[in-house]
Amino acid sequence: MNKTKYKLLGTPYFIWSAIFIVVPLGMVFYYGLTDRSGTFTLENLISVTTPEHSKALGLALLLSFAATLICLLLAYPLSMILNGMKVNQHSFIVLIFILPMWMNFLLRTMAWQTLLEKTGVINSILSFLGLPPLAIINTPYAIILGMVYNFLPFMVLPIYNSLSKIDPNVIHAARDLGAGGLQVFFKITLPLTVPGIISGITMVFIPALTTFVISNLLGGSKVLLIGNVVEQEFTQASNWHLGSGLSIVLMLFILVNMVITAVFDREGEGSVL
Amino acid sequence: MKNAAKKFYVFLIFVFLYAPIVTLMVLSFNASKTRSKWGGFTLKWYQALFGNRDILQALFNTLMIALMASLVATVVGTMTCIAIENMKKRTRTLIMGITNIPMLNADIVTGISLMLLFISLGLKFGLGTILLSHITFSIPYVVLSVMPRMKQLNPSTYEAALDLGAGPVYGFFKVVFPELLPGILSGFLMAFTMSLDDFIITHFTKGAGVDTLSTKIYTEVRKGIKPEMYALSTLIFITVLILLLLVNRAPSGQKEMKGVKL
Repeated sequence: MNKTKYKLLGTPYFIWSAIFIVVPLGMVFYYGLTDRSGTFTLENLISVTTPEHSKALGLALLLSFAATLICLLLAYPLSMILNGMKVNQHSFIVLIFILPMWMNFLLRTMAWQTLLEKTGVINSILSFLGLPPLAIINTPYAIILGMVYNFLPFMVLPIYNSLSKIDPNVIHAARDLGAGGLQVFFKITLPLTVPGIISGITMVFIPALTTFVISNLLGGSKVLLIGNVVEQEFTQASNWHLGSGLSIVLMLFILVNMVITAVFDREGEGSVL
Repeated sequence: MKNAAKKFYVFLIFVFLYAPIVTLMVLSFNASKTRSKWGGFTLKWYQALFGNRDILQALFNTLMIALMASLVATVVGTMTCIAIENMKKRTRTLIMGITNIPMLNADIVTGISLMLLFISLGLKFGLGTILLSHITFSIPYVVLSVMPRMKQLNPSTYEAALDLGAGPVYGFFKVVFPELLPGILSGFLMAFTMSLDDFIITHFTKGAGVDTLSTKIYTEVRKGIKPEMYALSTLIFITVLILLLLVNRAPSGQKEMKGVKL
């Protein structure tokens, strides 16, 4: 039928995305690649190699890598169990993981302070059980915990999604042909859930790498991640050029991640939604 | 035995996910003002909450922005899906690529980029700039949840409706819209939730003196969070929990609702 008419329906969004997605990104690049006088420079990008910045970036990479790995290790068995439970409502599972988001994310993260404190809830339980106290508040370990806590749902949902899409007949067939439990897992289940895993990794790694809130709330003021540096350049130091330059560096990591996602997940199978 | 171990594992993860929420709920009944001491049971923070104009104003801002942003995003997003479906593959890939940017990009970069845009446009930072930003990051959630439904659609049903004399608008609302509805609803809810829970993008695009709940909490972190805030979030959480349980308990006859993933 008359396709042009339908295409017109997209006009508001095309204009919108040009103004509010494409142009702003262009501006980050403009600021990142110029200095205050407006001349082209790579200095803002290179500044990531200064000891202070590279330390913040290195630590952010380390912590977000650890958090992503822990999320994956926790989420995969969890998704398999949930999938095996045959809860007849797929939506119910999703609901349980989205529900916490209705309590403010800052408050939830703050609550970990109460739980982790020297005389906090967890340590009270530990000492009651005669176990040594856990002294991780205001350390990088608390930040990892905060990252895992906040982003675990984004790992569980795509993996659970791709697991639930596996046709049970494929697994039955493998069984009939003599594959053992481990073999089924490594030859069938795992390969078929790669899109979910990749999507989960992206959804956890990017926010973890760039966070400034979790490190602020759980790391005391001692731990500085690259996200904190960027945030401070914009809100306190007001050096937008430097902040933009560092953002471009961050986007390089995001870009690599996007490319990997695109390669492994052509059909968009691993999506959370 | 093996089953018990599995259940225990799921149980542990749930304790992990919900422990902070329970903590906040307990704190909302804590008579002592500090986070770390239990001073006995009280309901005074709930009373104080309704007299606290700042918090109520922030709540109002948060809800208004979430509602308006997700409504606009739902309408625009759904229109976009219809348009995309009628496009050539290359344009489609381009649009979907752009749509993925706010989803995959770091919130901090999205926030900064919008802040730079608003400054260069000379816009006054306030509720308006927050709303524009929230619409921007909400549309992709709608597009991504309506798109799969759009693809499942059988175009012949719509053409049949037109052949039988329905106008394009009538045909759309009678035939296409009901099919898309689950996707539209879950996109709307997703957008609403994300807008409500957002802090980072709001942090960079809000003006001085204008607060949503998130930004208000963030400024209170240093001074110590007001216990009224715990009371408020407990109320919000319980309300949502009850609403969702009611929706989930609804008779299973409503098959269309099955695709709603919230």
